[in-house]
Amino acid sequence: MDILFENVSHIYQKNTPFEFKALEEVSFHIPAGSFAAIIGHTGSGKSTLIQHFNGLLKPTSGHIRMGDFNITAEKKVKDIMDLRKRVGVVFQYPEHQLFEETVEKDIQFGPKNFGLSQDKIDSRLPEVLKSVNLPEGLLSRSPFDLSGGQMRRVAIAGVLMMSPDLLVLDEPTAGLDPRGQKEMMDMFSRVHKETQRTTILVTHSMEDALKYADYVFIMNHGKLVMEGTPLEVFQKEEALNQVGLAVPEVIKFLHAFESRFGQSIPFKGQSIQELAKEMTEIVRRGVKDE
Amino acid sequence: MSQPNDISFQNISFQYPQGDEWALKDVSFHIEENEWVAIIGHNGSGKSTIAKLMNGLLTPQSGRIHIKGLEVNEENIWEVRKKVGMVFQNPDNQFVGTTVIDDIAFGLENHGVQRDEMLKRMKYSLEAVKMEGYENHEPHNLSGGQKQRVAIASVLAIEPDIIILDEATAMLDPIGRNSIMETVDHVRSERDVSVVTITHDLNEVLFADRVIVMNDGEVWKEGTPREIFNLHKELGEIGLDTPFVTQLSNSLKSEGIVLNQEPLTHKELMDELWTFYSRT
Ligand SMILES: Nc1ncnc2c1ncn2[C@@H]1O[C@H](COP(=O)(O)OP(=O)(O)OP(=O)(O)O)[C@@H](O)[C@H]1O
Ligand SMILES: Nc1ncnc2c1ncn2[C@@H]1O[C@H](COP(=O)(O)OP(=O)(O)OP(=O)(O)O)[C@@H](O)[C@H]1O
Ligand SMILES: [Mg+2]
Ligand SMILES: [Mg+2]
Repeated sequence: MDILFENVSHIYQKNTPFEFKALEEVSFHIPAGSFAAIIGHTGSGKSTLIQHFNGLLKPTSGHIRMGDFNITAEKKVKDIMDLRKRVGVVFQYPEHQLFEETVEKDIQFGPKNFGLSQDKIDSRLPEVLKSVNLPEGLLSRSPFDLSGGQMRRVAIAGVLMMSPDLLVLDEPTAGLDPRGQKEMMDMFSRVHKETQRTTILVTHSMEDALKYADYVFIMNHGKLVMEGTPLEVFQKEEALNQVGLAVPEVIKFLHAFESRFGQSIPFKGQSIQELAKEMTEIVRRGVKDE
Repeated sequence: MSQPNDISFQNISFQYPQGDEWALKDVSFHIEENEWVAIIGHNGSGKSTIAKLMNGLLTPQSGRIHIKGLEVNEENIWEVRKKVGMVFQNPDNQFVGTTVIDDIAFGLENHGVQRDEMLKRMKYSLEAVKMEGYENHEPHNLSGGQKQRVAIASVLAIEPDIIILDEATAMLDPIGRNSIMETVDHVRSERDVSVVTITHDLNEVLFADRVIVMNDGEVWKEGTPREIFNLHKELGEIGLDTPFVTQLSNSLKSEGIVLNQEPLTHKELMDELWTFYSRT
């Protein structure tokens, strides 16, 4: 799904003492099929931004195009149900999207609500449970009687059931254990490629942005301040620091390595093992020279 | 009599009414005064259950829990809760005030803190989590990370003897997380306080003196961060992982680089590489 933002601003609780400008004149284009990451420090406007994608929030001013749908302040979104069916959002806190009596009902709520047949739901369920690594034994439990990471998996499962064209993930790995984080991101990435859907990832993990995204947007105080491929953006350590962000650990280490050993190892997405090889060569040369 | 432990769990087993299995099975450990302990473990391994038992939100089916020498039971529960400041995974359930400043004030009033002392603490705790300027915002309308910061401020302000952070920084970026951990570390250097951090963030674990690793409701291992991250293979088998520096160190070792100690930080690893580079 093609996404186009033109001068989008969002003011919360306009004309009240709580008025707050959370987005300011944001413009960008995300072509269909992209895997884009949105990064920014606490309160920079990321969650506000992504809630515009399915019309949950409407811009105070500006214009949004989501595929064929138009979202503006003035008009009601035509066929909003259709838009919500095609745009699946995993919220930052899973508790905000869980509400049914049982895990099973919760996972089935979305697809039922949007008119998917019970047959289809039944056939998709086992596959989805497997992809989020949720034991079937938990299906009859209340979604609130789960651990944090288990709740997260239920929330993700509910959105995956809809096979949305656009999958929006707001910190989807927060609360998952290290293996879960990796498996979940690998799964999103695999399905992204298989289905040619568009994926938007809000994340604080620079590592994940680097590894999975093909394009990165940096937000600061409600404004879009940088964009580019992860490799481009993450080379700009100083500019990122200025907006309160750090580069991925691997890049930070390589920069420190360069200043210590006077030799640079350009980062092109090498694995840790490959980097270790390159470092070893440099470090060994030192030994020989002596 | 020797100083009692700050927290002691003796043979604790716990099962939720709705649970079909034991969430904790014969769990025992001690945490000393002024110690910082990280609890890690796979999803559902029992970490949050431990936290909820610590302040009597849950009661074990068997075993005994002591907080600062007090047994956690119905009789002592309010006394215990005065000593334990806890921040949960989702702070939404924790806010009581209609504004950020009210929320912090509420806890202070409950602890009988005097007015001028209150003002002082409200100010420094908001500064400590970098939320100055948000005093009059509604907690429920804050961003995900701002909520966590405010929840942490509320606990810092009451200056409890024991601080428990249950994935309390999960929504913060690495810099934000680090700065909160440094704040907590600073607090610990100024007064006696024990800290329990429950986390999936491997760099957060490095702040701890000791790590308790949970697996399937049982204590799997205890040790210093260095000892624990030395177990990279085994950690992988129970759903965990090691930090970047440990992974890189292992790859370097397999390339034949000799590292004298297991480095944990960028600087330690760089220094080891430098030693190797400049040895003759
Ligand atoms: N209210 C509840 N009712 C029934 N079972 C529960 C309840 N809360 C947790 N459990 C179960 O108890 C076990 C331990 O849960 P706990 O929340 O302690 O895990 P955790 O280690 O904190 O996991 P996470 O990393 O996902 O937060 C899990 O299997 C979970 O499903
Ligand atoms: N309902 C609301 N009313 C008033 N202000 C709000 C509301 N929701 C969010 N805000 C403010 O808007 C700003 C942007 O919030 P948003 O949730 O988009 O941030 P974020 O980038 O997702 O941050 P985080 O990384 O902490 O989740 C914040 O300063 C927040 O306090
Ligand atoms: Mg957010
Ligand atoms: Mg938990």
